[in-house]
Amino acid sequence: MKKTILLIFLSFSFFLFAESTFTVMDAPNDDGSALIINWNIDHPDLVKIVLQKEKANGEIVVLVETDQQFGKYVDGESVTAGTEYGYQLYAFDSADQQIAKYEGFGTAKVQWFNTNKISLLFMVVVLTAAIVYFIFSAKSGKELYIRKISGLESMDESVGRATEMGKPILFVPGILDLNDMQTIAGLTILGHLAVKTAQYDTKLIVPVCRSMVLSTAKEIVKESYLKAGRPDAYDPDSVFYLTDDQFGFVAGVDGIIVREKPAANFYLGAFYAESLILAETGFASGAIQTAGTAMPSQLPFFVAACDYTLIGEELFAASAYLSKEPHQLGSLKGQDLGKAIFVIVLTAGIIMEIFGIHFLKNFLTLH
Amino acid sequence: MKRQIPLIITFLVGFIVIFSEFIPQRFFGQISSTLEEWFLIISGFAIILGQLSLFKVNFLKIKFKQPNWPYYIVTLISFVVMVGFGAFWGTETSSGFLGDGAKIVATLGDKPFDYLFHNVYQHLSATMFSLLAFFIASAAYRAFIARNVESNLLLIAAVLVMLGNTSLGSALTGWLPESLKFLHLPRISEFIMKYPNTAGQRAIMIGAGLGLIGSSLRIILGIERSYLGGK
Repeated sequence: MKKTILLIFLSFSFFLFAESTFTVMDAPNDDGSALIINWNIDHPDLVKIVLQKEKANGEIVVLVETDQQFGKYVDGESVTAGTEYGYQLYAFDSADQQIAKYEGFGTAKVQWFNTNKISLLFMVVVLTAAIVYFIFSAKSGKELYIRKISGLESMDESVGRATEMGKPILFVPGILDLNDMQTIAGLTILGHLAVKTAQYDTKLIVPVCRSMVLSTAKEIVKESYLKAGRPDAYDPDSVFYLTDDQFGFVAGVDGIIVREKPAANFYLGAFYAESLILAETGFASGAIQTAGTAMPSQLPFFVAACDYTLIGEELFAASAYLSKEPHQLGSLKGQDLGKAIFVIVLTAGIIMEIFGIHFLKNFLTLH
Repeated sequence: MKRQIPLIITFLVGFIVIFSEFIPQRFFGQISSTLEEWFLIISGFAIILGQLSLFKVNFLKIKFKQPNWPYYIVTLISFVVMVGFGAFWGTETSSGFLGDGAKIVATLGDKPFDYLFHNVYQHLSATMFSLLAFFIASAAYRAFIARNVESNLLLIAAVLVMLGNTSLGSALTGWLPESLKFLHLPRISEFIMKYPNTAGQRAIMIGAGLGLIGSSLRIILGIERSYLGGK
């Protein structure tokens, strides 16, 4: 009974003492280009709310017209950091008579750190520390074990097969531009492959889908031939541009596969729907095929149609793996340690969630 | 020096882009967007290099009558015709040197470039995409051949998912009582796609994400230099 009376009293006291609020505050974690306006208007006759802003030149701009008694508006239009802006909120009743007016002022500030991304920073720092530690560890002469990646071990086999058969090697560095990391990873592998084709005097065909990739791939292949001591064997037309169009490119590459019948095909980079068309055409031509991409939706196609597939991270690890340089291998080891840490964090997160502790999930969620 | 300058530029640009992710200062954001604009400008110029490469490679093959040289004539003619039509009469959103070609539009119903784009290019593109259906069938046939434990599991999962997504799957298990609802093929299919499939895809994505960070760090710190050519 006492509890019921207390509850009724509290309910009424809420209505008795409830106050309308209107606040203008700086938007957090931004470059000082937004202000957040919150309102909660408690008035029984309220029908309409009009929020307006007074610009620096005195001009009045209506920002919101709503019937919501509480709400939030983020003003990101022509807000300059350090300048004070005034906002007015008018409440109207059903007869369109003004029943209340509220005024607030706010100044947008520039923040120095985006606290929403603290977990991302934490992960980057942990991974960087692990990589740097193992690089120094490798430099000090410590033996590092790196698991065998059969897709990369097969490179010699592919080049050898092509040399024996007197047929070319086809290399496709994906269909995205140089701003995609997969393309860069593919091109670094091209550099290693070109050294081998130069050494074995095997023809290399590199059709590309983007003009920027063309320039880079040409330079990489040229440098590789120089490195192998065979600059005379470098054919500037071995790397050529086909088209930016996805299916036009596929048609071109398929044509090359059918006509030239390469002994080995490499598809290393970013691929979309064309992955299976390329890989199946290559399979039909009887080529030994190695593919690698970080596109999860395309990996099953490559796995089904190619002899070797570099799955996700293996593509990015390829260059370090092939170089056999201690500091590059050290970075791979650091990457593996980072992976182990994340597995532990994920497992801990799952266990904590099962027990209703949401700290880790909230910490790792990017807002 | 030839090698040091690109490495310094890579280091600085890499760190600015990373900082701009965490520091919401306008300065970093502006540099980051300026760098993206530069990339677009450079790729704009690189398109010319691409077109020149396309023209040169095809022209030389025709000139020296290399095997299958008539195919390269088709490529060159297509290239010249599309560039010419685009330059003379423009495209859907722009005018060419000779205006909009009102008379041609009255005859064809479209500008020449757009006419070829809609009536030739789009159909060829759709044809290439359609090939995927046949290639999926041939690749699936090979992938689902029962050879070992893994391929058997793959075969079972594939059959369950395929059946579960058809009306046959519902018909086959529709008679099961409510207590055995979890054995309904559409439910099994949904379970496979929602849990084991998503878990596998996420594992690959997490691995790829870590590999990407590792790879980027190697490039930014100058450990990985093969993208510059050579060692």
